[in-house]
Parts: sequence; C-alpha cells; structure tokens
Amino acid sequence: MIPEFGHFALILALMLATLLALVPLAGSITRRPDLQAFARPLASGQFVFVAIAFGCLAWAFVTDDFSVAYVANNSNSLLPWYYKFSAVWGSHEGSLLLWILILTAWTVAVAIFSRRLPTELVSLVLSIMGMISVAFLLFILITSNPFTRLLPNVPADGADLNPLLQDFGLVIHPPMLYMGYVGFSVAFAFSIAALINGRMDGAWARWSRPWTTVAWCFLSLGIALGSWWAYYELGWGGWWFWDPVENASVLPWLAGTALMHSLAVTEKRGVFKSWTVLLAIVTFSLSLLGTFLVRSGVLTSVHAFAADPARGKFLIGVLAVTIIGSLTLYAFRAPVVHARVRYGSLSREIFLLLNNVLLMAAMLLVLVGTLYPLVLDYLGAGSLSVGKPFFDLTFSPVAIAVALLLGAGVFSRWKRTDGGWLGRQLLWPAAISLVLAVIVPLWLGHLEPWAFAGCFAAAWVSVATFRDLWARSASRQGRWTGLRRLTRSYYGMVLGHLGVAVVMAGATVVTNYGVERDVRMVPGETVEMSGLTFHFDSLRHRQGPNYSAEQGRFVITREGEPVTTLYPEKRVYAVQRNVMTEAGIDGGLFRDLFVALGEPVGDDAWAVRIQYKPLVRWVWLGAIFMALGGALAIADRRYRMRVTRESPETAKQEPSSPEAVTGGVS
Amino acid sequence: MHPVRKRRLTIVIFLLAGLGIAVGLTVYAFRQNINLFYDPTAIMDGEAPHNVVIRAGGMVEDNSVVREPNSLKVRFRVTDFKSTVPMEYDGILPDLFAEGQGVVATGRLRDDGVFVADSVLAKHDENYMPPEVAKSLKKKTGDDAAAEAVKTVVTE
Repeated sequence: MIPEFGHFALILALMLATLLALVPLAGSITRRPDLQAFARPLASGQFVFVAIAFGCLAWAFVTDDFSVAYVANNSNSLLPWYYKFSAVWGSHEGSLLLWILILTAWTVAVAIFSRRLPTELVSLVLSIMGMISVAFLLFILITSNPFTRLLPNVPADGADLNPLLQDFGLVIHPPMLYMGYVGFSVAFAFSIAALINGRMDGAWARWSRPWTTVAWCFLSLGIALGSWWAYYELGWGGWWFWDPVENASVLPWLAGTALMHSLAVTEKRGVFKSWTVLLAIVTFSLSLLGTFLVRSGVLTSVHAFAADPARGKFLIGVLAVTIIGSLTLYAFRAPVVHARVRYGSLSREIFLLLNNVLLMAAMLLVLVGTLYPLVLDYLGAGSLSVGKPFFDLTFSPVAIAVALLLGAGVFSRWKRTDGGWLGRQLLWPAAISLVLAVIVPLWLGHLEPWAFAGCFAAAWVSVATFRDLWARSASRQGRWTGLRRLTRSYYGMVLGHLGVAVVMAGATVVTNYGVERDVRMVPGETVEMSGLTFHFDSLRHRQGPNYSAEQGRFVITREGEPVTTLYPEKRVYAVQRNVMTEAGIDGGLFRDLFVALGEPVGDDAWAVRIQYKPLVRWVWLGAIFMALGGALAIADRRYRMRVTRESPETAKQEPSSPEAVTGGVS
Repeated sequence: MHPVRKRRLTIVIFLLAGLGIAVGLTVYAFRQNINLFYDPTAIMDGEAPHNVVIRAGGMVEDNSVVREPNSLKVRFRVTDFKSTVPMEYDGILPDLFAEGQGVVATGRLRDDGVFVADSVLAKHDENYMPPEVAKSLKKKTGDDAAAEAVKTVVTE
C-alpha cells in the first residue's frame, strides 16, 4: 500500500502545483488579493505531498520492498541501511523525485522568508515556481514513475545499488548539486516576476541576491564533492575530467557566479538591470540544460542513465518552453526598465561588467565544447569527441584573465576610480606575486609557462585581497576596531576570492607537478618515486558486507623513515559481479600519496598506479572557502533589516563609506 | 558622444570582446583537439588518418588479449564483426575491460596498422556499451541484439 500512497501523493502534489501555477497568477492579473493569498498555503501543501511521496519511496527502500521495480533495480537486502536510503536518488526516477522535493522545499522557503515582501510579488514568484514544478511532476508521473510495481512476479532480492554509488560522497553529492541547480529557480522566478510587473529596482535585486548566493554555495560544494568523489572512488586519481556531465554542472556555476556579481551592481547602483535579468534566465536555463543532459541519456558518461527517448523529448520540451517563453517575455518587457545612473570608464561597475563578460566567455567555451559533438552527432555529421585538451587549452587562459581582473577589481571604487591611484595600489601585489610565481615553481621543480601563470594569478588574487583588507581595516581606534567594523558581506567576499586563489593554486600545482606512474609489481617489490619508496608488502583476501576484496599493503618510506601504510583494494561486489578499485590514499594539506591496484597481470604481479599529488586538496578546500564566503555574505545584517522598498535613487545617494562601496560584492 | 550612447557602446564593445575571446580560443583549440570516431571497418578500409589522435571502438575479440611478461604492455584486437583492428596499450586497463566487452580507445593509428591507444574506456556493466560502438555494430550487423544491449545503462 505504501508505494500507492506515494504515487497518490505525487498526483495530489501535481494538482496543488497546477493551482499554484494558475490561481496566484490570475490574482496578480486581476489584482485580486484574495486569489494572491492562495500562493503560500498552496506552496506548503505541494511541499508536504512531495515530501510524503519521497518518504514512501524511502520507506520502500528501507523495508526492502522489491515489488517496486525501482527498488528492485537499485537496492539489495545486503546493502547497509544508509546506502538503502541514499539509493532513493541512486538512479533516474528517484533522483528526479529528489529534484522536485528540493524545488518544492525552495518554494516553501521563499513563502516563509518573504513575509516582508509585497504579497503581489511573492504570489507571482511562487506561481512561477509552481509552473516549474508542474512541468517536473508531469515528467515524473508520465515518463518516470518510481512507484511502478513488479507484480505478480516479485523478485526475491534486488539487483543492488551500483557499487560506485555505495559511498559517502555520493550520498550527499546529488542533494548538494540539486540544491544549487534548483536554487537558481528562485532568482529566475524573481526575475520573471519583475519582468511581468515591471518593478525592477534596488529592492528587487536585494531580494534575489541572498537566494542566488545560497544556491551558488550549494552548487560550489556539490561540484567539489563530485570532483572529490571522482578522485578517490573512480580509482584513478583524476579530479576533473571535463566530462560532459561535469560541464553540465559548471555551466550554471559560471553563469551563477556572473549573476551574483551582476546582482551586486544592480543592488548597489541600480544599473545593468536588463543584463541581470537575462543572466538569471540564462543561469536557470543552464540548470535545466544540465538536467536534460544528464537525464536524457544523450551522453556517454558515468552519469548516463537508461536512455528512454520519451524522457529526452519531454525534457527538451520543458527546456525549450522555458527558454523561449522567458526570452520572449524579456524581449517585450526588458526595455521598460531603465536606469539613469552614471559611472566612469574606470569604475567598479566596469570591472564587474568585465568579470561578467569573461565568465560568460568561459561559459560559452564550455558550452560549445560540450554541445558541439552532440549536435554534430544528431545531425549525422559524424561522431567526434572534444576532450580534456580542448577545455584545458581554452578554459585556462580565461580563468587566469578572470583572476587578474579580480585582483585589480577589489581596489576599484563605484562610479569612478582614479587610474594612477589604482596603479599605485597594484604595484606591490604585482611585485609580490611575480616573486612568488617564480619561486614556488622553482622550488617544486622547474619553471613552466602555465605553472608561472597559474601561480601568479593565485598569488595576485590573494595578495590583492589581503592588501585591500589591510587598507579598509585601517582605523584611528586601532586595527581590531577597523576589522570589526567591516561588514560580513565584505568578509564573505574576501573568503570567496581567497577560495578562487586556493583553487587556482591547487589546480596549477597538481597539474604541473603531480607525478604518476603505472608499474608492474609483485608483492615484495619496491618502487622509488618523488623521493619516496613504495614497498608492495603483501596481498590478502578480505570479505566485506556485500563484496569480497583483494587488499594490498603498501609501506611508504622516505629515506628509511616510515611515512605511511596504504591499503588499496580491488573489490568484487557479490550481486552484480562488479569490479571496483578502492584507492589507498594518504591525504594531507600539502600532498596526497595515492596507490591503486590495477589488475592482476599474471605470475602474482599486479598493475599498480602510484601517484604523488601536491596540493590536490586545495582544489576542494577552495570550494569550501567559496561556500563559506557565500554563507557569510548572506548573514549580512542588511538582509534582515531594511524592509521598505528602495529606489535606485536612494541607493545612488548612499555615502561612499567603505561599507557602501564594498558591501556589495561577494 | 552622448553619455548614454557612449556607455552602451562600451558595453557592446566589451561583450563583443568576450565573444571574440571565446570564438578565437574555440577555433584555435578545435583545430587540433577534436577526435573523430572510426569503427574497425573504416580503419581497415583506410578511411582513418595515420598518426593523428582519433578514437576507435568495438568489441574486444575473444582470446585476443596478450600481455607482455615484464611490463604493462598489452595487445588485443577490437572488432565490429566485420573487420578487426589490432591495438596496443601500455598502462592500466579499466576494471570493466574484458574480452567480449565494448571499448572505446583514444590513440593514434601507426603506419603498420596497429592502433596505439593512450587511453581505453570500457563502460559500466555487462549490458552496456558506448553508444558509438553500439551504433556502428548495429549498422554492420543489422543485429538487434546489439541495439538491445545498448539500452541499459544504470549508473550515475
């Protein structure tokens, strides 16, 4: 009965979502507050029923109800309970249910945290989010019902969860990522609502900003988690593959980063409004595109689910309606919003505009590289692939350009910045970065152009950020008072930008100075690498809960001193007979040692991959910095205080105290 | 110039510059970083260029995998049930590599007709093969079993 309840709850949720999409919208057109007032209760009701459906599916998993096809295909009675639970989003149907659950949760969150906003606006926003949820509820009910039963031939046991997914990283990676993807729907809904009612002022940007930032934080963490998971679980120690599905998550991230910065300008200075609205539309469209790419099965990748053409068609329909609909609305309404604010050609506005241009250029590069092979294949023009070299070659220069701009941008002022003053500010950071960019590569080995550029960019961003922090925290009452006087959103910005520097440093160093060797080893043999001795001590058989494993023991020493002992494994999962590589990793802030068992190559010998990966952890650490920065920025007091609508004129007249100037950018 | 127009002009120039950067880099990188896919028949018919990075795929022929005793070098043959290409690879093969499995390899075709792979991809479960392989197999054999085999991919 429970699965039928779940199915029924989903249908009820669809009914409520349909009402949510229509009634408040009608109320907004006819200006009837009684209809608008329906928005909040409907949003809550929709969430409750989706949550019930989700709970029912989870229940089916935890109680091993293999009469439900989705459970039978993705679980097994031997699976530990926490993987049974996370198996709910282990495949297509359930992950869509999670998507909808998160969408409705965001909708409720908007309903709750927008008490101070005019009802007219909130109801419109909720109504737009309702439309999105109608589309996805229809999608799940028509093409991907997770509650379908296998009757009367109920299998005795399930086909097990893919072993790749039996991992903590994968338990939290999809929810994080979806929080990000779906979170951008709020900024999207706010923008569409603003387009419809034509009110696009500083207050509108202020409302959209925290939502965008939260979504962005989750997306950053989700991407980092995915990369971390690929690093230790796929078994080969790569942390970024430019796999189309990774790209699908980076696209909204790049657009979302641009959106955050553009919202800052719109909130503080009331300019770039049309551009900000367009970015919000683009960002959410890219989230939908990501969902389409991953869910439709058009990609050959680790993420590809069963290819059912109906699903692909439905999703591309949703994508098309969203993009065409919102762009049409944009075309008709965007010219209405105008600003009369002046700024010079060397001002923070321009720096942020350039930032947006570069981020969008990077986004376009990734988009082209990802879609080009798909489009060509679809047209029947041949099958080709665009791999890592393409993305490395094109993305890196743009990323470095963004970093260089960032370092200069943090010093710039709104309206007008004096060129000579800016140059003097940048002199020292430039000198220090130059020295670091030469010393660090030489210390690690040898100087190479890309290593130099990457280290320079990372040093430049961090030195400039600290220089700015130092200058702004100057105070007659002492440094401490000065530091305390800076706003949380300023600290958020500092942390976020340092995160960028940390990611760049990590990526540069691990790419240029990581060492990797594939060797043939017999137990008892020893390999020397990067000043370390890797001794393949022994091999033993081990039995896990639902797998059996060959476990190697590697003793690693440096000049006779023990460093660590690693236990890489080769696992065979019982049910699907899947072979998995569990790498042995000794993690550290400055370097990772990585040993993975390849395959037996005869005569007791194994193919072994040994890697020395300096600073690899910084790649994920930086993402954590960014997310923390975002969290600090939304904790800023101004989001909880001023309630009244603000026109851009008042925003313009804000005094150029450090707070007013810096508070914006996070 | 009128300040508003001037500002618009700046914005347009910036946008065009961004677009220019993107297009320029893309074109430059596309010149050498796109890898075309060839099936064994195409390679045997001489359609595939030599000494250029390409991708090739098919099924690993039964009893064709031979390892060299003192290194990781491995030789195998890949077939689309019509033609067969010998391949050579030095490194660790993926977990799912096995005789009778679909693979896609990236590498160069040497002048002696041996495909030297830099990377070999095998995909996730026994029912699955990379779409390119399935498509070309289907073309070759008209066999629906191959198409059938493609249908299931159950991984994320």
